[in-house]
Amino acid sequence: MKNTKNNRTIKYKLYSLGALLVTLLILGFLQVNSSQYSYQISILERSAIYAVVAVSMNLLTGFTGLFSLGQAGFMAIGAYIVAILTIPVEQRASVYYVNGISPAIANLQCPFWLALIIAGLVAAGIAALMGIPVLRLKSDYLAIATLGFSEIIRAVIAAPQLDRITNGSYGLKSIPGFPNLFVAFGLCALCILLMVLLINSSYGRVFKAIREDEIAAQAMGLNLFRYKQMAFIISSFFTGIGGGLLAMFMRSIDSKTFSINLTYDILLIVVLGGIGSITGSVLGAFLVTAGREWLRFFDNPLYIGGIQIPLFRSGFRMVVFSILLMVVVLFYSRGIMGNNEFSWAGLGRLVKGIPDRFTKKKQKGDNTL
Amino acid sequence: MKLRKVLALTMAASMSLGLLAGCSSSGSSSGGNSSTGGDKVIKIGVFEPTTGENGGGGYQEMLGMRYANQQHPTVTIGGEEYTVKLVEVDNKSDKTEAVNAAQKLVSEKVSVVLGSYGSGVSIAAGQIFADAKIPAIGASCTNPQVTQGNDYYFRVCFLDPFQGTVMANYAIDNNMKTAAVITQLGDDYSSGLGSFFKNAFQNHGGTLVSEEQFQTNQTDFKAILTNIKAQNPDIIFAPSSITTAPLIIKQARELGITSVIAAGDTWENSTIIENAGASAEGVVISTFFDEAEPANDEAAAFITGFKTYLKDNKQEEIIPAVSALGYDSYLCAIAAIEKAGSTDGTAIMEALNGVSIDGVTGSISFDENGDAKKDMAFIKTIENSAFKFLTTTTVK
Amino acid sequence: MSFTTFLQQCLTGISLGGAYALIAIGYTLVYGILRLINFAHGDIFMMAGYFMIFAMASLPWYIAIVVVLIVTVLLGISIEHVAYRPLRNAPRMSVMISAIGVSYLLQNLATYLFTALPKGYPEIPFLKKIFQIGGLSASFVTFLTPVITLIVVYALITLIHKTKIGMAMRAVSKDYDTAALMGIKINRVITFTFAVGSLLAAIGSILYFTDRMTVFPFSGSLPGLKCFVAAVFGGIGSIPGAVIGGFILGLGETALVAMGYSTFSDAFTFVLLIVILLIKPTGLFGEKTTDKV
Repeated sequence: MKNTKNNRTIKYKLYSLGALLVTLLILGFLQVNSSQYSYQISILERSAIYAVVAVSMNLLTGFTGLFSLGQAGFMAIGAYIVAILTIPVEQRASVYYVNGISPAIANLQCPFWLALIIAGLVAAGIAALMGIPVLRLKSDYLAIATLGFSEIIRAVIAAPQLDRITNGSYGLKSIPGFPNLFVAFGLCALCILLMVLLINSSYGRVFKAIREDEIAAQAMGLNLFRYKQMAFIISSFFTGIGGGLLAMFMRSIDSKTFSINLTYDILLIVVLGGIGSITGSVLGAFLVTAGREWLRFFDNPLYIGGIQIPLFRSGFRMVVFSILLMVVVLFYSRGIMGNNEFSWAGLGRLVKGIPDRFTKKKQKGDNTL
Repeated sequence: MKLRKVLALTMAASMSLGLLAGCSSSGSSSGGNSSTGGDKVIKIGVFEPTTGENGGGGYQEMLGMRYANQQHPTVTIGGEEYTVKLVEVDNKSDKTEAVNAAQKLVSEKVSVVLGSYGSGVSIAAGQIFADAKIPAIGASCTNPQVTQGNDYYFRVCFLDPFQGTVMANYAIDNNMKTAAVITQLGDDYSSGLGSFFKNAFQNHGGTLVSEEQFQTNQTDFKAILTNIKAQNPDIIFAPSSITTAPLIIKQARELGITSVIAAGDTWENSTIIENAGASAEGVVISTFFDEAEPANDEAAAFITGFKTYLKDNKQEEIIPAVSALGYDSYLCAIAAIEKAGSTDGTAIMEALNGVSIDGVTGSISFDENGDAKKDMAFIKTIENSAFKFLTTTTVK
Repeated sequence: MSFTTFLQQCLTGISLGGAYALIAIGYTLVYGILRLINFAHGDIFMMAGYFMIFAMASLPWYIAIVVVLIVTVLLGISIEHVAYRPLRNAPRMSVMISAIGVSYLLQNLATYLFTALPKGYPEIPFLKKIFQIGGLSASFVTFLTPVITLIVVYALITLIHKTKIGMAMRAVSKDYDTAALMGIKINRVITFTFAVGSLLAAIGSILYFTDRMTVFPFSGSLPGLKCFVAAVFGGIGSIPGAVIGGFILGLGETALVAMGYSTFSDAFTFVLLIVILLIKPTGLFGEKTTDKV
């Protein structure tokens, strides 16, 4: 019995290794043919970045039970820090063409990886300050307060008083992009990996205890506020990095990018993937981002046999998307993955289960996944 | 665990790749009759918003390009006739979406890109086009940042500093001594144009009595306008999107403000007249083109031809300035391709630097930044619920 | 700043505050009973604006207003039925996400149906009549808004304290389970609450948009959030609190803009929220309960 289990573990490890190799091969192929597949690459990069932010939101919402809606704000902080630190010095005069650049940051420049770390640290620092008042609040109040903070951050960035630092209304451009695909995906994978390690550590178990029952967790002698604060800071750290990555992806940013809608997009990914599942968030990020592009045909007039189908016009795609979200919330509140994680064994069961599901569908309801 | 993670990523990646493969081949091509000519095809990208806050303007600009494609469906390269195929993408007036849309054009291997309406998205896409060595010709993006530091971006319209100066000149010429400026926070077009107007107006001896800002999506301008009313300026310069324009106009008149209200090119849109009604009378704007004053034969032919085209497309028969600019940007692209004698992006970029055409918005050639050398703007006013040509001005 | 300007600004602030107060009551009622931030409330308010545009296109204004009120109430009730009722026993986070989802759906639906371009709001002639008093200039609706707000609040308080359904509402908001045990039909009370909330949103919408003249798909989202803050500020569950919160917010915002800090006018709302939650978590007039915050 033990032997077969061992065999299976080895088999799964081999599968994983194979999958890793396939990924690298695909990335290598895309890198070599990057001009031909630039569209697909840009969608994949964006998905990967959203995955980082979605996982960091999940860390807070799914694993600690804190419903925060401040993602866009922390992303804005990260994005602006990375932009300010990496725009080539010689191009700064033309970027800050209206009001000039403040001398304090005019010659400040560092490599992108350092800028990303600083971005994360600043976001974490601001989260630490913010957490002191905000984390005393519960559920809906916390959500609305973080949402408010995110709006305040956006207002401050766009404020004319800060023109010489954030370039106020004019946004920042000439941000250097990713040197190659491996860096882009490697960074995203690294961030997600770090969060996975955290969730599987003893801290992760504390977070889950808080999610399940705050009072019980407190009775166990856990310092609630300290751990909530910690989860909030760590999540904001990675959200900040995610924002920085987004800045490198977009290469020009302004405050409007980081509106409430960005937070809602991330929330959609987390809910769709399953609150409390990291694989779910990653899957969700790729599905939602690719799906949005894929569903573009909803926005174009559709002709079948020369007759225009009346529903298909600009804006229909987003309606379909929001209905999808409602359906998931109302009928499949567990999302794609519930709070399970991906495993080869699970995949095996799923594949084997497919024929059964088809035959049993008529007799039983559903929900055997 | 790490492997597992990577795996999940692979799964998702391959799934989405699968999804993408389905749609990548079906780039929307369009418009006009592109069936004539030989087998040789050259692709021109149309990078415009057809949805989002600038969806309306983007569509008008695209109509101009489609019409130009219909009029000039082929181009001769090295003695061979090529059919021009337009590849249209929607950048949704959103910077993040613009990146994907621009990449889509790159992977479609277009030779030249036209657009976009809205400077923000053009700036976002500029670096992508430059990296891919594809020249882009902006039609109505007036922000200086679009072409600055980017060898591959050109444009056929004038710039915000010019437009701001023109409006300031107009104000001074009409004996307006005091001005108030209203700009939108976080909007580069509005803030930029406002600040250029302010500088020019003060340099010409005018006095700026009030400078106000408002938030995106703000609908209540009474507090701002009450402040302005207290200063009683001769002119209120309020460059902003067409969403906010009717609000500012109506609320100002309601508060009993009698100053002239002026703005930039975005306000040349009939929804403003529709929404602001009688209050819109007397609003002054600057724009790129006027159908009553054809600059040359090309323009005269365009005006009659395009009106029919608009009718066929169920649009109002008033030629929007952005359509004329869209038409001109296409002409420039064709001229440069012929001059370069190649479909290669870098060659076309170099050719663009020396191109000179007689477009419908006047003669166009490019300076060292890639901006059209234009020294004239049209000033229009709203009279009897229609835009009426007032005068042309140049910078002194 | 001259005295006339000051008065004019006060008038703007009070009128804005009146509209805010009407929407804030909707939040307070729903939150008091369901403990749910009805994120869609702001969008119901926006949809009421669009309904008015279509109603006025073919009907005289006095009939149009009635139609709009009825349709908006129906919209509010059906949202409760479809999106909130199935989740009655689900975790609070799911209900909130559902509320955000409804708000997202309404905004996208409005964009799809009516395009993102602003639509002009129809004018009701007598409301738009402009009055000039000394240096002050404002339309009739500006003066009318605070008056209507106060009348509505009086009617509502009477309803809650003097009628049977009002008593049921108070009971449900005090203790959900006990109320159910006492034989109160919870679902009926909740439906009624949503109906009242939506009715007020519709009235607020008519007053707000008549004064501001255009509607677009996102015109409800920010006022919605602000009014929630107003409700929290006044003490969630308390109607006079919501009204005072609304007026404070309207006046404060106008004052900030008037002093030239429009950048921070939105931020002000949220700073106010955080400050009140720290100092007096139950709001100005909130009841002292242990598990609300």
